[in-house]
Amino acid sequence: MKDFLNSWGLSLAIFVPLVGAFVMLLVPKAQEQVHKVLALATSLVVAVIGVLLLANFDYDQGRTLQFVVDKSWIPFINSRYIVGIDGISLPLIALTMLVVPLCIIYSWNHFPEPRNPKAFLVLILILETGMVGTFCAQDLILFFVFFEVVLLPMYFMIGVWGGEKRRYAAMKFFLYTLFGSALMIVSFMALYFLSDKVPTADGMMHTFDMRALPVAAAGISTTAGLWIFGGMFMGFGIKVPMFPFHTWLPDAHTQAPTVGSVILAAVLLKLGTYGFVRIALPILPQAAEKWAPFIGLLAVIGIIYGALCCLAQTDMKRLIAFSSVAHMGFVMLGIATLTDFGINAAIFGMVAHGLITGMLFFVAGSVKERFHTLDIARLGGMLKQMPRMGWILGFSAMASLGLPGLAGFWGEFPAILSSYNPGGNLNVGLFRVYMVVAALGTVLAAGYLLWLYQRVAFGTPREEFADDPHIHDASFTEYVAWVPMLILIVVLGFFPNILFHVTNPAVTDMVAAMGFRG
Amino acid sequence: MNLLDKVWIVPAIMAASFLLILFFGKRAGTKATAGLGIAAVSVCLVFSVVVAGQWINRVNHPPTGEKLAEDIRQANGLTPQTPEAVESEANAATHDAGQTVDQGSSSGSEHGAAATGAAEGESAAAPLAATEQPATPTAEGSTSAEGEHGAEHESVPPVVRTVTWFEIGPIHFELGTLVDGLSAMMLVTVCIISLLVHIYSTEYLHGDVRFTHYYAFLSLFTASMLFYVISSNTLQMLVGWELVGLCSFALIGHWWEEKNNTDAALKAFLTNRVGDMGLIIGVTITFFAAGATSFNVLHINEYALSGGANTTLLLVGALCLFGGVTSKSGQFPLHTWLPDAMAGPTPVSALIHAATMVVAGVYLIARLYAVFFQGLGIGSSSLHYVAFIGGFTTVMGGVLAFVQTDLKKVLAYSTISQLGYMVMALGVGAWTAGVFHLFTHAFFKACLFLGAGSVSHACHHTFDMREMGGLRKHMKSTHATFAIASLALAGIVPLAGFWSKDEILAGAQQGQRNAYTLMLVFGLITAFMTAAYMGRAYWMTFWGEYRGHGTPHESPKVITVPLWVLAICAIFLGFLNFPARFFGLELPSGVTTRFEHFVEPTFAFPQIEHPTFTPWLAVLSTVLAVAGIATAYLYFEKNKGPHGLTHRSGAARAGYTFLENKYYLDTLYTDIIAADTKGPLARAAYWFNQNVLDGIVDGAATVSKKVARFVYRDVDQLVVDGVVNGSGLVSEESGQFLRRMQTGKVQQYAAILFAGVVVLAGVLVFVV
Repeated sequence: MKDFLNSWGLSLAIFVPLVGAFVMLLVPKAQEQVHKVLALATSLVVAVIGVLLLANFDYDQGRTLQFVVDKSWIPFINSRYIVGIDGISLPLIALTMLVVPLCIIYSWNHFPEPRNPKAFLVLILILETGMVGTFCAQDLILFFVFFEVVLLPMYFMIGVWGGEKRRYAAMKFFLYTLFGSALMIVSFMALYFLSDKVPTADGMMHTFDMRALPVAAAGISTTAGLWIFGGMFMGFGIKVPMFPFHTWLPDAHTQAPTVGSVILAAVLLKLGTYGFVRIALPILPQAAEKWAPFIGLLAVIGIIYGALCCLAQTDMKRLIAFSSVAHMGFVMLGIATLTDFGINAAIFGMVAHGLITGMLFFVAGSVKERFHTLDIARLGGMLKQMPRMGWILGFSAMASLGLPGLAGFWGEFPAILSSYNPGGNLNVGLFRVYMVVAALGTVLAAGYLLWLYQRVAFGTPREEFADDPHIHDASFTEYVAWVPMLILIVVLGFFPNILFHVTNPAVTDMVAAMGFRG
Repeated sequence: MNLLDKVWIVPAIMAASFLLILFFGKRAGTKATAGLGIAAVSVCLVFSVVVAGQWINRVNHPPTGEKLAEDIRQANGLTPQTPEAVESEANAATHDAGQTVDQGSSSGSEHGAAATGAAEGESAAAPLAATEQPATPTAEGSTSAEGEHGAEHESVPPVVRTVTWFEIGPIHFELGTLVDGLSAMMLVTVCIISLLVHIYSTEYLHGDVRFTHYYAFLSLFTASMLFYVISSNTLQMLVGWELVGLCSFALIGHWWEEKNNTDAALKAFLTNRVGDMGLIIGVTITFFAAGATSFNVLHINEYALSGGANTTLLLVGALCLFGGVTSKSGQFPLHTWLPDAMAGPTPVSALIHAATMVVAGVYLIARLYAVFFQGLGIGSSSLHYVAFIGGFTTVMGGVLAFVQTDLKKVLAYSTISQLGYMVMALGVGAWTAGVFHLFTHAFFKACLFLGAGSVSHACHHTFDMREMGGLRKHMKSTHATFAIASLALAGIVPLAGFWSKDEILAGAQQGQRNAYTLMLVFGLITAFMTAAYMGRAYWMTFWGEYRGHGTPHESPKVITVPLWVLAICAIFLGFLNFPARFFGLELPSGVTTRFEHFVEPTFAFPQIEHPTFTPWLAVLSTVLAVAGIATAYLYFEKNKGPHGLTHRSGAARAGYTFLENKYYLDTLYTDIIAADTKGPLARAAYWFNQNVLDGIVDGAATVSKKVARFVYRDVDQLVVDGVVNGSGLVSEESGQFLRRMQTGKVQQYAAILFAGVVVLAGVLVFVV
């Protein structure tokens, strides 16, 4: 078993969804039930592979890449098919493999207009390939390919199944991200050409191997390093998204269908933060140190700014979208501290944000389906009309505002803690100011979330919806899709070591390799 | 069986009760729900009493030798600084030598890591300590006091049991329980009040739409509060702290159909969040100050007491932590949520907003006392921020209690005032007095709140004292218990409040090295005011003629019995800390100052001077209290004195308006800060987002669209296409195809993309 997983596990996890999608293409569009079953089965197969990977992962060796496959791919530029996972990627892969089947289950009876489950589900599966592939790739070109594979399905999801302004939102999402990607690939190229050659079967060659680059790139001049980091910063920063490159996000989220929003929030945004942790920091630690104060600044601006924009929203979904800007600010602040504390917190924050904001989007989607509006002023009395869903919204809001005992706390608090004492030669005073500003962000977070909850869930329902027979409490498929996420939010909140235990060795090692004190 | 190390069971029982009620309560019905809650708390109470008993036994028969060394090792901290602890540390050292060998390597290395971190912390702080002379006299001053103190108290380390919670970097963070006199006292207090409130609520919330929801949150609250008081580290305390805040939010907003109630719930949560900012930062600072290895409270306390502690950091840390105290324990200027919190059901006000949760802040100071003591220089100062805020709050709250017409609001402001008393006590170094007041106050204030609930139960759910009056005839038990509790609160000898209040005043008067005279003045003013406003409330409610509708009736037993239990506690509990010398009376030392003996920590605790009973002060405060009652009687009952002052004098009217508006703090917070943040400020940020940031993005698209059009029309069509057409090499179809391709938006955006790539590539090629 272990041998099989070692050689095939990750490749299967990456490409099974693609195979599933291909099979679905052969089935006529009208057979919706078949498509649903096929899609769910495929994603469950991936999830089973994921469980096997989790079970066979050597947690004592979380620092080393496991299940590594290294095969020739594009020999003439020495780009190879290298996949492997360590403690940093494992939680994110697990998150992806969990969220996708839940999204398919949620969609079961909720296909947005213009329906067409076949196309919708095929896109989700292609997305899964891209997402899992990105987290597994250990070669820059391979990483880039998967990173871009994600774009198209999401573009179509927003553009076809989205809201009224879907075309604009989809285009903006696509081009903005592509713009960042273009800068990123230029940086990858520069990294390739400027780093030292490594020995290969065909003699000394430049390399895209992410395992070799931290050493090979050590000789890159400081100036070049800064520019290369800058290119990656744009690529990853837009994806995160960091202030001020976030404006695609609210539009994309507001217009995307529910499941699209969930995947976008739960996984897609993490591609950016993951890129920082996996690529930008370890390969260019000196440049990272120079950029860190600036990244930290944008992060805390994002925290406050995102929160203020939330307070100004009249649309529930758009509010949640802006809350992502604020929450990803905490993640980026953690990364910017360049400490084991901060980066562990960042990874925890990614997973927690994925679960919590994913839940919030699920609920928002269900509200939209019942009320046909997300205008906060028209909603109200949710606890009265659909008490269980009201509770779930309240729970998710509490988790989102970082209540200790729930998952969100472990992304926020250690990030704040780590900025007290940043790594490297970072300016301690500056980061302490960031710490205070970030702490202020937790107050604002409570403000916008509870205010939202007060307006949406408390009080009595508006007259226009009071006797609407269409409005009912959470349905069976909704429960099935939500309960695992809700349970995880609590479990991770009380037993954070489930995650820290996985990420810590890899992060500690990485920080040490970068030459920063922990 | 030794329960001191199994105390985690207590919150676990309540958490289980919460989950059961939450998921099965509706189906099981109200009787089963209430029964389950009551049963769970009862078990916890029994457990807590046993724990308290075992702690008392531990103090009476302190562990020695290996046992002691083992306990100290478990408590895990720096080298203790007190001589008796040094001695035991020496024992521990000899013991450790043998211990490390057979100990597992993991705990050995953990201990080593802690020690290294501590050493680093000390060496970093050492130069500072050398330059800062004022720190040294404090240490000397306390050593001189140690002799006598050390003789009467042996150091009894708390019982600490930990497991690894999570690991970051090389550090293993612990989840653990800490049992000492303070936490045992809190366990018992919380369980008693919670049990009585559980019982009382069966009647008070009878027929409520959300009966199970209510009981679920009572259970969760009790679980969180118990979790909080037995926490062994500050991070864990933070978790408990926020969870009780959550329960407070949920229970204040229990009747969430009314916007007023949800506003109050939001206000409570958000105000507390503001304070929590300070708490989070304070926890962070103390963590790093003490060597960045552990959140363990004993470790932090020991660091604070070590000679090398960085006093500046301790000061900043203590002030930040005090931010949390300010909101949770209703200190000025973040007290404004507490009166509004009365929107919740009355038993909740008794449990959460009077007896237990609001003292979480006081408990925090008491728990991390070394940090506050050293950071603020309590031992050498005669005035500092915490003592002043405590003193100021106690007067400020008392003044506002006079202008309330709502009985619960009177009690709420009284709570603020009394919390100020406790904070002030801790601020002047009278640790035991502050904690003892916390203890006694819990009982008589809970009694008053539940009494108010009973009154409202009789008077058609109103709390407006203008619609009450004459109730003593209709509600004998409620009246009697309310009167007893009021007298206890007013500090009339020999009721509980007298003893604790008197100790606080003595503490302020005697101070540590200097007297805290200003605090004494604040305290005396409050002693008068407390008696007066309670007198006012009492006469307005129970005397005169009934002014409401219908005929009031006495509440059933399930309400009056808890009242009597609390009233009896309010009578007798003060004797637990009977002074060593009371006027001429000298009782044997085995019965005096028992509370101090068992509750005050002797491990990782600063050397403090204990106030002694001062006859003239006791007489003075009693006279003031009696005068207060007399004033209230004459003014409010007999209508003597200058009435109608607010009509005659402009100044009095202005003052009254100022008080009626609660010093305009609510206006400042709600109408100015909150409204402007969610109004203009949020709108401005969003405007910036939509018009500036998004404007740039859309503008870039527009510009590139124009560029593209130019390229297409003027370059491609005229020049390139001209050439192409001229040469006649390209078919018309491909031309059509190209044109179709080039009118899409994609192509225009692609131009920016291309431009960006060109710029960066150019930089990389030419600049680098």
